[in-house]
Amino acid sequence: MLSSFVQYLFSGVTIGAIYALAGLGFTIIYNASHVINFAQGEFIMIGAMATVSLVGLGLPLVLAIPLAIAVTVLVGVAVARFAIMPARDASVVTLIIITIGVSLFLRGVAQVLWGKGYHALPPFSGDVPFQVLGAALLPQSLWVLGTALVVIAGLGWFFGRTLYGKAILATACNRLAAQLVGIRVSGVLLASFGLAAFLGAAGGIVMTPITFTSADAGIMLGLKGFTAAVLGGLGNGTGAILGGLIVGIAEAMSAGYLSSSYKEATAFVIILAVLFFLPNGLLGRAGTERV
Amino acid sequence: MSNGGRYRGLAVLALVIGLLPLGLPNAYAYDIAINAAFNATVCVGLNLLIGYAGQISLGHAAFFGLGAYASGILTGRYGWPPLAALVVGAAGVGLLSWALARPVLRLKGHFLAMATLGIGIIISIVLNTESWLTGGSDGLMAGDFSVAGWTLRGDRAWYAMAGGLLLATVWAAGNLIDSPVGRALRALHRSEVGAEVAGIDTARYKALVFVLSAVLAAIVGSLFVHYAGMITPARAGFMKSIELVTMVVFGGLASTFGAVAGAVILTVLPQVLTAFEDYETMILGAIMVGTMIFMPRGLLVTVAGLVRAGRRR
Amino acid sequence: MSTRAFRTAASGLVLAAAIGLAGPVAAEGAANPIKIGSFLSVTGGASFLGDPEKKTLELEVAAINKAGGINGSPLELVVYDDTGAADKAASFVKRLIESDGVDVLVGGSTTATTMAAVPLAEKAGIPFVSMAGAVVIVEPVKKWVFKTPHTDRLAAEKIFADMQKRGLTRIGLISEDAGFGKSGHEQALLVARNFGIEIVADEVYSAKDPDTTVQLTKIRNTPGVQALFNFGFGQGPAVVTRNVRQLGLTLPFYQSHGVASKDFVKLVGEAGEGIRLPAPSLAVADQLPAGDPQKPVVTAFEKAYAEAYKAEASTFAGYAYDGLHLVAEALARAGGTDKAKLRDEIERTKGFVGTTGIFTMSPTDHMGLSPASFHMVEIRKGDWALLD
Repeated sequence: MLSSFVQYLFSGVTIGAIYALAGLGFTIIYNASHVINFAQGEFIMIGAMATVSLVGLGLPLVLAIPLAIAVTVLVGVAVARFAIMPARDASVVTLIIITIGVSLFLRGVAQVLWGKGYHALPPFSGDVPFQVLGAALLPQSLWVLGTALVVIAGLGWFFGRTLYGKAILATACNRLAAQLVGIRVSGVLLASFGLAAFLGAAGGIVMTPITFTSADAGIMLGLKGFTAAVLGGLGNGTGAILGGLIVGIAEAMSAGYLSSSYKEATAFVIILAVLFFLPNGLLGRAGTERV
Repeated sequence: MSNGGRYRGLAVLALVIGLLPLGLPNAYAYDIAINAAFNATVCVGLNLLIGYAGQISLGHAAFFGLGAYASGILTGRYGWPPLAALVVGAAGVGLLSWALARPVLRLKGHFLAMATLGIGIIISIVLNTESWLTGGSDGLMAGDFSVAGWTLRGDRAWYAMAGGLLLATVWAAGNLIDSPVGRALRALHRSEVGAEVAGIDTARYKALVFVLSAVLAAIVGSLFVHYAGMITPARAGFMKSIELVTMVVFGGLASTFGAVAGAVILTVLPQVLTAFEDYETMILGAIMVGTMIFMPRGLLVTVAGLVRAGRRR
Repeated sequence: MSTRAFRTAASGLVLAAAIGLAGPVAAEGAANPIKIGSFLSVTGGASFLGDPEKKTLELEVAAINKAGGINGSPLELVVYDDTGAADKAASFVKRLIESDGVDVLVGGSTTATTMAAVPLAEKAGIPFVSMAGAVVIVEPVKKWVFKTPHTDRLAAEKIFADMQKRGLTRIGLISEDAGFGKSGHEQALLVARNFGIEIVADEVYSAKDPDTTVQLTKIRNTPGVQALFNFGFGQGPAVVTRNVRQLGLTLPFYQSHGVASKDFVKLVGEAGEGIRLPAPSLAVADQLPAGDPQKPVVTAFEKAYAEAYKAEASTFAGYAYDGLHLVAEALARAGGTDKAKLRDEIERTKGFVGTTGIFTMSPTDHMGLSPASFHMVEIRKGDWALLD
């Protein structure tokens, strides 16, 4: 029985890491602009699909991955520039519809470019699983966790130690004040989208050797990433990571111990519970509303 | 929003609905028209919620689906008369939406969107999974709609029903908007705190319009399942909810006739664009983004504004 | 005119104009081409079914027309992409019947899209040959509906027979919660007892589930489980296969004919070694004995498809080939496009040699295949190895 539990745990933590990266992407964009980017899942998908294409064209993984990430970052910046910036001062409803529209558009383009089938990537370092406490742990899972840790550490350094990172945080705090001290806030918007795209792409790429990917892989991932962000407290990076892991593990445990048919519903039940009972999430601060 | 203008609009709509059959060449065209009318009816209700009350719901297709499944299951599995099933379905959805309304509508903005989204998805997952009851992802078949021995069959009859329902809904919505309830809704849209200060029980009014629009969707769903003969969980899913919101937003927020126009255009468009089948998702997304950036008040409102501005010159 | 009235009038005009564009009245005229209507899942989750099916229909219609058509009339193919959605399929079938005025329907890549079309075909009285798998399509027999692929029940029976031969009696079943996987699951539960087989573990996954290790772990931990049976098609079986390998499960592993395509084998790579499944003759064309009546048919089709599309003809392409030629031969016998006569001739098909098997229809059997035309194969070194 321990081995089953450990197996579920591995499965949950692996997918939870992806949700965590997606949740971080939401958080960064939200912090910089108070926009919830419903297209975050599509960034994950584009990174993965682009890598598949490039590998299919004959490029080695080592080249394909950075190129794919670069493509996704470009897409993210383009979205910020052409879809979000023109509507920056619009109402919340308008912005929601815009990002949903962007998500649909990106998915549609992906379907046209890459077809609607599903694709795979070879595992980075072999697929012989390690046996740990009677459960199988794929080497690729370690890649996923490792990438997530490295990325999170990198973000911590970026936001805490570099001028650019601090500029983004400053804009999130108070946009007008940031402008007054000379920060180019439009640049901050573009940078935050680019960063979120980077996070999404990285997650998508390391994940694809385990699961497959397809043009519509982004929908559910995006929604669950949003769940992670809200669970952790919208705007709180550590919370997003924690939220992602919790959602992933909860999914695996509910499928293992309750019923595999309702696995998909777990994340949405969680988000309803959070929104109804704990709207500021686990680590969020209670906000005040200006009248 | 003068009374005269409202009745004139209603009269024109009635005229269009009445004369349209002259231009419909075959049963397939009737099918498009009937579906457009059904969508438009749901959108009028949704528009009250989104456009007038300023809330958002990304899960409304689930209420449509619940009404359809309630009718399908009660008539198919338990042999209930269709009208009774419709009423029970609508009542059930009314209860469910009323129970959900208070906690959900306390939320604002993105959180409200996510909550309605989550509810919608959970409902569609349940519909998909409980296949012993719902037929699962392959869906459910349903028979004809009959009341006291008289059966609604044939394209013309269904067209009359759908068109009549749409007219009735538009008329009722217009009445609601011009009533104290409508004024309360518009007030709380502008400023919820301000409305509270003026003595309006905003929670109650928000819940009211949420329940109304949900029940309306359920009623249309019940009729739909009898017309189409089948319902699948996809009809209650996330994408359908997004389509409904797009129709409302595209046609014009806070404009009943705008919602009707949006629904009609976006029901007909995919049929016209079957050559572009591959690009459909892309085009839908582009429409949403484009409308919100360039015509944030919706197609018809913007066009009407341009016409008015042009005339003034 | 007030702005409200203007808006409504505008929407009404748009509606009328658009409907006028979208629904052209079917053309009349002498020396009519015979119209074959098709709705396929060319894109979407079932695109590996619908895409080769569409290519095959186009290829074979062109070939028939080049040889002079049928009874002197050319064939005209009208194809719509339902993207795997049942309600889109229903809408397109209505369009095919009412607006395009087709004489016969050959389509329905998936069970869900087929079942959405069945009531429409029955009501309109138009013959419909489906390319989907579930037995519910032809059982109970519907007057106007036929199908070409082996049913899920036949697949279950073939697999259970093989298990019985190997002495496997306690098996774990993992299937998709929808469509073919779900109906296959029900059929498996139904017929298991006839082969002395007990299903001791029963798990489901959803189509887009990226990870089934949890479900497989539950099966592995079931005491006494001797074999694994996966019913589904598309991404699901590929994920399951990989997870089986990942967990180091060495149980005998069976799949349904939903994965009888080289795409699946390529995608799962080494993890696919040793998987057994029932496959139609097309999959093992070159391994068929010289006297097999199907050999010339499948070999010729394989060659033609490879020449035209530079790709291997999958068994799903074969379903479309069979459907079209079944209809073509029935049309020739019927001598016209009268729908009732055509339906009768399809029902009278005897010994039609197709790529999936040899078809003999009857008033009680609208599928026409027997387990004999199903071959048990095993995946070895990335190719099918014929077992019987």
